[in-house]
Amino acid sequence: MAYSETVATAIEFIKVSKTFGGHERSNRVLNEVSWAVPKGKTTVIAGGSGQGKSVTLKLILGLLKPDSGQILVHGQDVVKMGQTQLRQLRTKFGVLFQGAALFDSMNVFENIALPLRERTKLNDEEIRAKVMATLATLELAGHEEKFPAQLSGGMKKRVGLARALQLEPEIVLFDEPTTGLDPLMTLEIYRLFQRMQKQLGYTAVIVSHDIPKVFELADRIVLINKGEADVFTDAGQIIHSDKPHIREFAEKTIGGATAFRSI
Amino acid sequence: MITGWARPFFFLGDQCLVLLADLGSMGIFLLSTLTGLFRPPFRGRELLRQMRFIGAGSLAVIFFTALTSGMVLGLQGHHTLNKFSAEGMLGSAVALTLVMELGPILTALMVAGRAGSAICAEIGIMRISEQIDALECMAIDPFRYLISPKLLAAILTVPLLTAIFDVVGIYGGYLAGVKLMGANSGAYFNSMMVSVTNHEIRLGIIKSFVFALLIVWISAGRGYFVHRIRGAGFGAESVSKVTTQAVVLSSIAVLIFDYLLTAVLL
Repeated sequence: MAYSETVATAIEFIKVSKTFGGHERSNRVLNEVSWAVPKGKTTVIAGGSGQGKSVTLKLILGLLKPDSGQILVHGQDVVKMGQTQLRQLRTKFGVLFQGAALFDSMNVFENIALPLRERTKLNDEEIRAKVMATLATLELAGHEEKFPAQLSGGMKKRVGLARALQLEPEIVLFDEPTTGLDPLMTLEIYRLFQRMQKQLGYTAVIVSHDIPKVFELADRIVLINKGEADVFTDAGQIIHSDKPHIREFAEKTIGGATAFRSI
Repeated sequence: MITGWARPFFFLGDQCLVLLADLGSMGIFLLSTLTGLFRPPFRGRELLRQMRFIGAGSLAVIFFTALTSGMVLGLQGHHTLNKFSAEGMLGSAVALTLVMELGPILTALMVAGRAGSAICAEIGIMRISEQIDALECMAIDPFRYLISPKLLAAILTVPLLTAIFDVVGIYGGYLAGVKLMGANSGAYFNSMMVSVTNHEIRLGIIKSFVFALLIVWISAGRGYFVHRIRGAGFGAESVSKVTTQAVVLSSIAVLIFDYLLTAVLL
């Protein structure tokens, strides 16, 4: 199913290919895929393990280069950018990593304050006020002196999100945000994502294998499977796809149509 | 699939390509770290923290190594020079050996073992736990933020540690040669002052600058590229392997550059 452009796009992949390994062991993860992320909405990138979900995130950030194709972020081609331009571009992004990637030698406050200290001219008092406000919003007040090793999985994700949102990014990328969390905590994190997006209006891109629960958040679903990317507006479209490999994926990951009745 | 007679050539070519790519990455790493020294915002507090760790933290081990090597030099020097009735040259022999050779090289080896391994493990863990990716995603240059303060701290403190090593070593030699073996105290210091000139001191200081650069470059570089080093494995195992590799490589590099610098500057 082709995704037709009707709203402003934040990110656009145009015929992007990416292959790993050389000679005998080459593995084409993306084969001329084209899809777009609408501005201000939530796009979920789903797919099985090793299908190229995390590669897609790294391509968006310019941490990897594709073999061919264009990747546009707000109309600018990431592929053609040098290191300085990429660094400039990355100021538009907030990223929540799979393991939260908190700096383990810094406490919660210092972790969240880091982007403000390094990327803004705010003084210590302004930084403290801003960080404490974020901590309160994300229900982390009172934990600012703790170190990452002293936090639970869910709290680490919230601190990671707090840090990612400090510079008021236009686009927030979430890499497997609920890995290692129990179902209740997963639900809580999803609610938090929805609340924060509503409040701040950023474009969200969520890479996840938490299927079908993560589809509840999605305005768009990009399914990456066997080198192809297919775009859907909701989960129901996936199981009724006319492509056999998509139906097969739906059967394997979510048990087919029955799993979607509640969605 | 490559089989038969071509296989050894394929293997050799493959190894050469890996080595060249590794050298290229390390070259770019060094350049990025050096340019990071001049890019604001500067991290003064972090620089002081690193100076305390690399410099002040190494004082005890440097003091102990210097004292024992100076005392051994004093004893052996006295024993050897006595055969030629030249124990008056003891101060000169001890001081020249320490200032030009043992001071810079033993200080560098101690710093490589103590601080180099810690730098490599710290950066390696930050790499495998995506902390370095997180810095890049926040548009914070990881070279300027993480590596450059360590490099500058080492460049500032290793020559100072070397100077301390030299002084303590000379007094160690005095203790063993003069106090224990009975060599003449005045001759010890006089011969030293005559033979140790600015040239010898300059050679020792230049060596210690270069060794400091080599240690941080190799140690931090191995940690930074831990995910890309072939055969290092994954996770904690990869960090432990590259840390060992960093200490071995930086020690070998220090020894090789010691010879090269002596050959060029002597």
